[in-house]
Amino acid sequence: MTSAIPAKTTTASPAEAGPRLDAGRGNGTKTGRAPKQYSDRTRAERRLGWILAGPAFVIMLLVTLYPILQAIYESLFRFRLTAPDERAFIGLENYLVILSDPVWWSGLWTTVFITVVTVLVELVLGFALALVMHKALKSVRGLLRTAILVPYGIITVVSAFAWFYAFDINSGYVNSWFAWLPGIDENLNWFAQGGTALFVIMASEIWKTTPFISLLLLAGLAQVPDELSEAAKVDGATWWEQMRKVIIPNMKAAIMVAVLFRALDAFRIFDNVFIMTNGAYGTEVLSLLAYRQSISRLEIGLGSAVSVLLFLCVLLICFVAIKLFKVDLAGTQGGR
Amino acid sequence: MPNSRRTRSAVRNRPGGTVLAGLVMGTLVMSGCGPAQADNSLTWYINPDAGGQAAIAQKCSDESGGRYSIETSLLPNDAASQREQLARRLAAGDASLDIMSLDPPFIPELAEPGFLAPVPEDVAEATTENVVEGAIAGATWKDELVTVPFWANTQILWYRKSVAEAAGLDMSGPVTWEQVMEAARTQEKTLGVQGAQAESMTVWLNALIESAGGSIIVDPEATAETVELGLDSDAGIAAAEVISTIGKDGLGGPGLPTQDENASLIGFQGDSGSFMVNWPFVYPATVGAVEAGTLDQAVIDDIGWGIYPRMTEDQEAAPPLGGINLGVGASSDNPELAYEAIQCIVSVENQSEYFVTNGNPPANTEAYEDPRIEESFPMAETIRDSLQVAAPRPQTPFYNEVSTGIQQRWAPPAAVDPDSTPQSSSDFITSVLRGEQLL
Repeated sequence: MTSAIPAKTTTASPAEAGPRLDAGRGNGTKTGRAPKQYSDRTRAERRLGWILAGPAFVIMLLVTLYPILQAIYESLFRFRLTAPDERAFIGLENYLVILSDPVWWSGLWTTVFITVVTVLVELVLGFALALVMHKALKSVRGLLRTAILVPYGIITVVSAFAWFYAFDINSGYVNSWFAWLPGIDENLNWFAQGGTALFVIMASEIWKTTPFISLLLLAGLAQVPDELSEAAKVDGATWWEQMRKVIIPNMKAAIMVAVLFRALDAFRIFDNVFIMTNGAYGTEVLSLLAYRQSISRLEIGLGSAVSVLLFLCVLLICFVAIKLFKVDLAGTQGGR
Repeated sequence: MPNSRRTRSAVRNRPGGTVLAGLVMGTLVMSGCGPAQADNSLTWYINPDAGGQAAIAQKCSDESGGRYSIETSLLPNDAASQREQLARRLAAGDASLDIMSLDPPFIPELAEPGFLAPVPEDVAEATTENVVEGAIAGATWKDELVTVPFWANTQILWYRKSVAEAAGLDMSGPVTWEQVMEAARTQEKTLGVQGAQAESMTVWLNALIESAGGSIIVDPEATAETVELGLDSDAGIAAAEVISTIGKDGLGGPGLPTQDENASLIGFQGDSGSFMVNWPFVYPATVGAVEAGTLDQAVIDDIGWGIYPRMTEDQEAAPPLGGINLGVGASSDNPELAYEAIQCIVSVENQSEYFVTNGNPPANTEAYEDPRIEESFPMAETIRDSLQVAAPRPQTPFYNEVSTGIQQRWAPPAAVDPDSTPQSSSDFITSVLRGEQLL
């Protein structure tokens, strides 16, 4: 597990290498050639690649595209699973109902709030952990990485239950352990108000997924050539200046991948909220809203429309993240 | 060399692998499309219990002399998830739904689109004799019996004798919510009620409104467009006053906004316990805790029980009604056999046995005459009396929407305002039912 993730991230990191190669630091990766210039051997390899990966690609396309298209189609109907005879085409009415409903907007803001706060905190914590792991002695490095990965290895539902039972007013120990802190006492019911409930939900999310982000950042950190920071050191740059002007700019693509992956994950948060509050008292998030419409209410049309909107939000996040970081991931494919 | 050996061996193994893959695929295809079970095999989808339904299935299979054999299939833990799974399977025409254990409030939703096989007249007659009225009401949709009552459940008032005595309450007769609240207030104890944003809130509110002479839904058979709610009524306002007072005065303790039936029980067993409305499971659970050594015998000795509190002195209470009914899926291949098996399952003898072994009260009053019941459940008579006056939750195909809407507007109890909550929740649920709002 520990070795698998850095390996995975290094496959992503040629993306990061792209801009640096253009800056004249070419280190052997062959990019930027037009297809007609490929040698016979390269063409044969590409063909083999398609033959090997093609079937999986087609199957993936089918299993991903089919439900998306089905959801878009279903979202145009008023259709309740337990009233099959009343199915009717209503065009975009479901979308109008959703977008004019404060429930959707409050769910959206809650989701955005959870996403922004958790990703920011995880980024800072994850970077600190990555620095520690990067600088750690070789002898303890493996152990350190494994230890940091433990929370990430726990199934989300299990960790959600663990956090729930720890903070629950009946079974929890947090209130008695931390009663010395201002604002916490024996009678604090964490899950009875939106603020404290969201705090626990976000804390458990951060605890669980910071390791993931730190490993992605560690891979990015390892990509930064030592000569760069050494040169900066010789020029008299402080630690902070090295970070700001040399290391972080050179890890931009790794940071983007980390932020994007985590933001998408956080935006689709479900398990933690479902277990701890089931959306009660202002903790409703969008995926729970979609679940409630399609699974609990069996309103396939309305639920599909919520899911489609959720999907569009996810697409928007991808688009914004890629634009914001100005990283061209296509550059890795070679000169497109 | 090692490479070529590997290739040869792979080639040699291929026919065997193909045969194996074919067999696996064949089995999968057969289990999906063909008759995987014998023709007289029935599947009974059961809700989780202490093994009682599986034992009854075995017993009835043995007694049938080979006419049928019942296999049980376990549904999820909570009633809402059970409904979700059954509704989806029924809508998809799953033929394996021969017998289903159904929670009464969800029955109209499944009966309305014709997902349930009709109950034969002779079965209906035989299985409703001596059955409590509430259980029959819960098994009926549009004046027709669509399921068979199996066991019935009701909430009663549990109290700590010491607290009632100290408060000077005479528990030999019925008490009112006002008296119970006052006793908890003066004794500085907490009331065991379910204030969580969960289905238990609907159970509580329904009992309060029914006890005050109202109903959450005025006409249960109305369509989503024409449905009229009884929340914004005198009974609804009276119910709001009880819930709001308990919430605002802190009578339910700090855990109230997240308190379900289990949490109420834990609080009741503790030092601050006073009065609690809850299902009969609390008794075997408390006895179990004493036997396990986690609770003192003194707690059991201090527990008393009576009929659910009244809203006013002169009007009888309408306690919550629960339980399980048995239905047959419309797509079942063997509805006749399924109903034959159901008649065996709900026999008086099996209902008594199920009560004694699993703690779930019979729907049939005759079953209470089993002498073992009095021994294991000293409050059995109170339960039977409560069942006779209990009121079912709204019997409507839109129960899920109504219930979720109530949960969202009537919890936490401290936020309930008798002046506005009944009306605002009524407007909210109505617009959800008309498809104008999300839930």
